[in-house]
Amino acid sequence: MEFLKVNNLCRSFGGLKAVNDVSFTLKENTIKAIIGPNGAGKTTLFNLISGFTPLNQGEVFFNDNPIHGLQPYQIAANGISRTFQNLKLFPGMTVLENVMIGRHTHSKSEFLSGMLNLPWTWAEEKKIKKDSLEIMDYLGIADHAGTDATSLAYGQQRIVELARAMACEPKLLLLDEPAAGLNMRETADMAKLITRIRDRGITVLLVEHDMSLVMNISDEILVLCYGEKIADDAPLAVQQNDEVIRVYLGEDDA
Amino acid sequence: MNIELFSQYLVAGLTYGIIYSIVAIGFNIIYNTTGIINFAQGEFVMIGGMTAVTLYNFMPMPLAIAAAVIITMIIGALIEIVFIRWLVSPSVLRMIIITIGISIITREIALHVWDEKVRALPYFTGTAVTSISIGGVHISPQVIWVVGICTLVVLVLNFFFSYTLLGKQMRACSSNRNAARLCGISAKNMVTLSFVLSAGIGALAGCIVSPITYVQYDSGTGLAIKGFTVAVLGGLGNSMAAVAAGIILGVLESFSIWIMPTAFKDAISISILLLILFVRPGGIFGNKEALSLKEF
Amino acid sequence: MKKTRHLQILILIVTVISIQLLTQATDTSYYLTQLTMSAYYSLVIIGLSLVMGYAGQISIGHAGFFAIGGYMSALLTTHNLLPYKDSTFVLILSKAGLLVSRQDLYGTDLLTVHPWVSCILAIVITIVIAYVIGGPVLKLKGHYLAMATLGFGIIIFRIVLGSSIFGEADGLSDVPAFALLPGIEVSGKMPVRVLNYYIAWTMVVTGMVLLSNLVNSRIGRALRSIHGSEDAANAMGVNISKYKLHTFVLSAVFAAVAGVMLTHYNGGIGPSEASVMKSVRYVAIVAIGGMANLWGALIMGVLLNFLSLRGYFGSMDDAIFGGILIIIMLFAPNGLLRLEILGRLKKAKPKTGTEQA
Ligand SMILES: Nc1ncnc2c1ncn2[C@@H]1O[C@H](COP(=O)(O)OP(=O)(O)OP(=O)(O)O)[C@@H](O)[C@H]1O
Ligand SMILES: [Mg+2]
Repeated sequence: MEFLKVNNLCRSFGGLKAVNDVSFTLKENTIKAIIGPNGAGKTTLFNLISGFTPLNQGEVFFNDNPIHGLQPYQIAANGISRTFQNLKLFPGMTVLENVMIGRHTHSKSEFLSGMLNLPWTWAEEKKIKKDSLEIMDYLGIADHAGTDATSLAYGQQRIVELARAMACEPKLLLLDEPAAGLNMRETADMAKLITRIRDRGITVLLVEHDMSLVMNISDEILVLCYGEKIADDAPLAVQQNDEVIRVYLGEDDA
Repeated sequence: MNIELFSQYLVAGLTYGIIYSIVAIGFNIIYNTTGIINFAQGEFVMIGGMTAVTLYNFMPMPLAIAAAVIITMIIGALIEIVFIRWLVSPSVLRMIIITIGISIITREIALHVWDEKVRALPYFTGTAVTSISIGGVHISPQVIWVVGICTLVVLVLNFFFSYTLLGKQMRACSSNRNAARLCGISAKNMVTLSFVLSAGIGALAGCIVSPITYVQYDSGTGLAIKGFTVAVLGGLGNSMAAVAAGIILGVLESFSIWIMPTAFKDAISISILLLILFVRPGGIFGNKEALSLKEF
Repeated sequence: MKKTRHLQILILIVTVISIQLLTQATDTSYYLTQLTMSAYYSLVIIGLSLVMGYAGQISIGHAGFFAIGGYMSALLTTHNLLPYKDSTFVLILSKAGLLVSRQDLYGTDLLTVHPWVSCILAIVITIVIAYVIGGPVLKLKGHYLAMATLGFGIIIFRIVLGSSIFGEADGLSDVPAFALLPGIEVSGKMPVRVLNYYIAWTMVVTGMVLLSNLVNSRIGRALRSIHGSEDAANAMGVNISKYKLHTFVLSAVFAAVAGVMLTHYNGGIGPSEASVMKSVRYVAIVAIGGMANLWGALIMGVLLNFLSLRGYFGSMDDAIFGGILIIIMLFAPNGLLRLEILGRLKKAKPKTGTEQA
């Protein structure tokens, strides 16, 4: 059984092939990084897996279940959670409320029970709050529970997004450039955090430009260029891959 | 049904259709430069018609129409300057509500300036009963005026946007406001200009149809929703397609009288609007590939 | 949080009772008529506030749902079935106790549908229409959504105005009283004026309790997240289209119930209740109250409807609503009655971020 299996994904925008025939697999409880130049199609690949962009061709299997063609919220309910390259926190909601949304798929009060304020919903709300605070505590942002999420510093906002995604209790976490906009110390912290998340039993697929971070923490690296996969290997092997060197350093230096 | 009646309906549909197209073009001009739908578009048509009727008491008709168009253009500019120009990146919801408010206020002012009475300009040539026979079909000369002037408007607009510097600048703003600003084009002035242009076109439409359809302080809303239907049918922002779409809607509406009571004529065209919005929000002429990238 | 909610409801109840006692003491109980009507309109408005403020969707067609409720119950409770009394269908209905025999003002015998049955039927029809319309409409955004809901409102308006069965321009009248329970009837008759004031306000209080519970529940949080970022909400497993649709239907039901009740109270309904201007007025009041603010919507709903019904705005009625709409949207797009304004005064912190479309 494959944890995540992606077969021949294709997606084009007009004439542009943003993702072209990409296949790969992901083993449970590992960290895999996707790297590539700007516009290589990394975010698009994430959007295809998480259902935000409909695919033109290909298949995605999660624990052998097909998930291509599902809506994002269904894929989230299946245990795949994601963050966004450009932060998408809920404005006007506190950090705690943002993270509590993450517990959505693990709670079940609906319109009627909500309107009638049935006693069992109180217990559920309490549990949602407790679970969210626990995750926030784990990621070190519990102090900010009552702050408006979008008023935090940028680095903190990234962690809130991470907390929100973790609150879904995903089996697979997709992180789109988690260290973008962070300074060196914050980036190092983020690297530690991601390893700890993996150690908690969550598989991580991440897009990242920061090479030191990628090389240090990932078990495997997939390299995309102009929508095509040009390498998919262990970090050291990728570092020595001729094509990757050519793409990253330019043809002349190769 | 005899061929005579059939062509009578067809001509009526064509006439209304062309008017709808003109209102739709008014929507498109503002939409293209600002990305907003001006819910008060129909009010320009009403003001144009009403002003021309009033001025006609004091001056010859061509002069009255010209003056009415200019006055409406000034009102259009004022509306933009007072209500819209100074807003910093307003949300769509806010713009919708503001233009609806403008539409209500304009209508209420019109009610107080004029009254509830229905008015009309006389036929430009001949009277209500004059008709020209073309290939056995009797056509009112006013229909010819409507079709002629509207065609002219479309051609002039096309020329303006394709060949004049100002027109090109407006188009530049619509495709990329920031880039246009970097090239030294004042995006704000272009927006004002788009209101002026769209008010003028609306007013002209109001003048030339008034002999056929009459105007009243509240006749703007109906026209606006038809115009919007046509604009969507043709694909929002696409003025040439709006002409074709307008004729389609006009003819459909005209023939709908056969199967439904006249009272439901509006309900029919609005049902068409809903249907298009549900099925093809990009319009019937839009290309599927391009539309899939757009949000509705 | 929960405490303030209870306190707010308590204040509402106390206010409702005090106003009634005050009118009694000052011999001005004629105000109660307009307060009762305002209460029913406020039901529409708090429902719409849920759609606009919490789910972030605009509807310029809510008068349509009010009219569906009102017209359905008016039609069913006034349409005389006596001529068909021997048809099997009518026989079955009458056997099932769904029909009532009564006499109209001129003493003619009538056989009509029972108000309870027509009320329930009106609500069911509203739910069906709201689902059918809401499904595709709520997929649209911005202008398209606004125009589609506006279009829906106009279609309803045109239908009631153009159909003889709905009385065309005259509307339907002679709608009988609606006995909710024996002795508790919704009608505009003088002797039951105080009773009806309390019936209407009991409904408003109930509506407020239900909706303020809802917005403070898991669903309310999900709705606010949709308003904040649809993509992020989707990624967190929130079924956006389902929640938008359910909110829309719920608010349609509020509008329809208001329509049913007010029609019985007024003894009739006319096409103006379905007009675009009515829909715009509801939107205006929600906007003034501050979109995502049920209490603001309620206060403004009662205040403005009361003033308008008492005729304080004279012939400027529509103009005033249009004017308020523009001024609020230009200068206070977040509404007049925002609790945050108080908060902002306390700790003047700069506002960050641009507006969401
Ligand atoms: N919705 C869209 N419509 C049109 N083109 C798109 C869309 N989304 C992405 N693209 C194009 O697809 C290509 C791949 O984009 P993508 O965002 O996946 O790149 P990326 O690898 O994530 O880049 P970056 O490192 O800058 O985040 C780009 O050329 C982009 O312009
Ligand atoms: Mg990217």
